[in-house]
Order: sequence, then structure tokens, then C-alpha cells
Amino acid sequence: MKQKLLNVFEDQHAISAKGLARRKFLTQAGGLASVAVLANACKKDKDNNNDGIDLGSGDIGILNYAYALEQLEAAFYTQVVMSQFSGITATETALLTDIRDHEIAHREFFKNALGDKAIPGLEVNFAAINFNSRDSVLGTAKAFEDLGVSAYNGAGKLITDPNYLVLAGKIVSVEARHAALIRDLISNGTFADNTVVDAMGLDLAKAPKDVLTTASSFLKSKINANNLPTS
Amino acid sequence: MNIHNIISEVEKVDPEIYDRLSPRRKVIQQFAKLSGKLALSAVPLALGSLFSKAYGRGTTGTILEVLQYALTLEYLEAEFYTKAVQSGIVPAGAPTGAFTTIRDHENAHVAFLKTAITASGGTPIAKPTFDFSAGNGSNNGPFKDVFTNYTLLLAVAQTFEDTGVRAYKGRAVELMANNDVLTAALQIHSVEARHAAHIRYMRRNLLSNTTIKPWITGKDTGGIGAAVQASYNGEDLTTQATINIVNINGKSISADAASEAFDEPLTDTAVLAIVDPFIV
Repeated sequence: MKQKLLNVFEDQHAISAKGLARRKFLTQAGGLASVAVLANACKKDKDNNNDGIDLGSGDIGILNYAYALEQLEAAFYTQVVMSQFSGITATETALLTDIRDHEIAHREFFKNALGDKAIPGLEVNFAAINFNSRDSVLGTAKAFEDLGVSAYNGAGKLITDPNYLVLAGKIVSVEARHAALIRDLISNGTFADNTVVDAMGLDLAKAPKDVLTTASSFLKSKINANNLPTS
Repeated sequence: MNIHNIISEVEKVDPEIYDRLSPRRKVIQQFAKLSGKLALSAVPLALGSLFSKAYGRGTTGTILEVLQYALTLEYLEAEFYTKAVQSGIVPAGAPTGAFTTIRDHENAHVAFLKTAITASGGTPIAKPTFDFSAGNGSNNGPFKDVFTNYTLLLAVAQTFEDTGVRAYKGRAVELMANNDVLTAALQIHSVEARHAAHIRYMRRNLLSNTTIKPWITGKDTGGIGAAVQASYNGEDLTTQATINIVNINGKSISADAASEAFDEPLTDTAVLAIVDPFIV
């Protein structure tokens, strides 16, 4: 199946922060910057691995991190509902549409909550997903939902404002409900199997860098999480 | 033994004992007056029960208290699923498989919390005696057929899971001082949500009722009714941090979807009122 070009963030053009920074730099430099200076700037960029969209620091960084993940999920389910896999049942259509709406609600909530601190809309890369295949769609959904749960679980301790922790808590259990349902659609009874719940009865919790390593394979936009809190 | 001395000894170690016991303060005062008249052998048991309830019902928000509170809820769930699996009314195959999985998780949570409490310098509360009929010890409450009626069993399971999710969410903030404990609580919280989703999906299929979804719509009980309404009140919120989620930014988001997208916390007071009929 030919992958349609996704433009799910119709209200936001994906703007590269790096592009903006460069434009500003060039404007300020009035085009007079020497080649050497420019080359050095680029080199420094690369060496520090500071290119990409900066999520920011502190609680704002964590909220942008959540916003990035919700953008990814919302884009995915928007495409799932738009181009349904063959053999989809009425139950699957109804529940996947619900999930799409939840993820859009999460995405838009973070966008508004962050206001001018929000990162831009991200460009996704779903080339590896066959939206016509139930296995491919549900397998990806499972990966995204489990990843989302582990991301929120891992980010909770990085939040300093109690109000944000409560909000993250309100969302993560819904992601866990999604994860359980998707898993049951794939194989009934796997809602909380031992690939996600350990012998102590604990779900996964992952650090942002680990989550973003997985998420980045579904993103054209490059994310820079260097300024996120780590403890 | 002298009960006045015991409470005063506890007070030395835990100056907030009276606050902690405050919902029961009158009971304690009465208890203290009556204790002289009680048979001495009855005192340890009664005292244990009083303290169990008090610590399971913390009001001052220390990490240890939240852990004891969580342990109380996990004891409830663990025993519920143990009895459910033993009841013989859960169909073989996938349903029994699911109940067994959930039972094992709840037992693991009990063990984990006990370890965490001990590691934090506390003593895990003893397991309360439960009455799953919600009859406060009469075993003749509204759910008296819970272990003979599979539909009712699933309804009570759903209520426990959804309430458990709300309970953890309601106290996460009190754990912020300890990253490890907070993370573990979040890890339990999402497992409870996975359970809730599965039980709800089981009910959806069993009852052929497509209005029952893995997520909570509005403050709908999923057809269970008034007996469990308290577990769902407040779930119909559609505004988060003053942001209206319905049709947010011109997206077509219904009130149902807006409420489903966010699970709401419950205070310990609300949770304890909900589980009180189940605790003898």
C-alpha cells in the first residue's frame, strides 16, 4: 500500500526549530557572517547533538514530551480510522474511533495548556506501517499504547508541579485502558501479560530518552530532549 | 494490658495518632471508656482492628499512610479475586484465565506494598475481614450473590478496578517526596487500569452491551446502577485545568469522548466510604 502523505496537523505547519533558529541567525548576521563562523556554528550544533525540536526544560519540557507522544498517537489513529484495515469489525471501528478522539483530546489539551511554550506540530513517518493490515495496525497500536503508559509512568517523578502530576495521572490510566483493549483485540487475555507487568505486579516505566528512541522511528521531525529533567 | 497506655505510647512515636484516628476519635474515646469493661482477651483484637482501620484511612498524607491505604485496597482486591476463582462460577477458558491473571497481580501488589511499608520503617496493617456482599459484616448486603452470580461478580470486579484506579490517582501527589515510591504507585495504577479495561470488555461481551467500553463514559456505571454510583461520580468532567475538552480547537470531540479521555481521581474519604461496606 502506498503511504499517503500525512498532514494530520492541519492547523499547524511543521516548523523546524532549527530552521527558525538559522533564519534568525542569518537575519541578524545580515548575511555577513563568514563561512568559517557559520561552519563552526553548524559543527557545534552537530557535536552537541542539539539539533532538533527542543522540548524545553523542567515541567514544560515534560509536558512537551507528553505533547509529542500524544501527537504521534493522534496522528496514528487518525490515519487508522481514515483508512481502515481490511476486515475491520464494527466493534473495532467504534473502539478505535473512540481512541482516536481520546488521543486528539490529549494532544489538543497539551497544545492549549502549553500555549506559546508548545513545540510545533511534528511530522510523522508511518512508512513502516501497513494501514491495510490488521496485524500491522494493531501491532503498532499496542507498541504505541504500551510505550505511552511506560512514558507517563517514567515521567511522573520528573514532574515538580502537583497539578501536572494529577493531569498526567488522569491521562496515563486512559492510555492503559487503550493498551489493554488493543492487546485483547490482538489476543484476548493479554491485557496485562508478563511482557508489560513484572512479577511484582508493576507496569513498565521508562525514561524519556528510552521512549524517544522508540518513538523517533515514527517521526520525521527530530526531537531534542537534552534539556529534560532526568531525576 | 492497658489500652490508655498503648495509645499514649503510640502518641510518643506518632504525635499525630489522634488526628490519624480522627474519623474514629469518638469511637476511641468511647472505646477508652468502655475498655475497662471489656473482657481483657477481646482488647487486642479490637485494638488491632481499630488501628488497621485508622492507618488504612490516613488523613495526614505521609508516604507510609498512603502505602497502608493502598495495601488495604489491594487486600480487598486480592481476596475478592481469590474467592472469585474459587467460586467455580467463572467460566473456564479466557474468563478464568483473566481472573487468575488479575488475582496474581493483586497478590503481587499486596506483597510489594508490604515490603515497601517494612522498608519504610512501618509495619504493614493486618488484612481486614471482608464482606463482599457489601453488608458491613452481615454478609447479606446488596451483593450477597456475588460469588454465585457471574454477572454480578463482573459488576463488582469492574467497580473495584475503576475505584482502585481513582484511588491511586487521588493520592499520587502525596508520594512526590519519594521518587521510587511514586513510580511504583504509578506502575500499580496503570496495571489496575488494564484490569479495569479488561473486566469492562468482558462485561461488554457477556451482556452484548456496546455502551460498556473499556473506558468510563461520563459517570455511567455501565448498567450496574445506583449501588455503585459513588465510584463513578465526578468521572463526567469535560474541563481539564480550565480547558474545555469538548470540541477543543474545532476538533469534533463529544462530551462522552472528552470525559472518557481523562480518568478522575477520588479522595481517600470518597474511596473509604465506597469500600466501607466491604470491610467488617
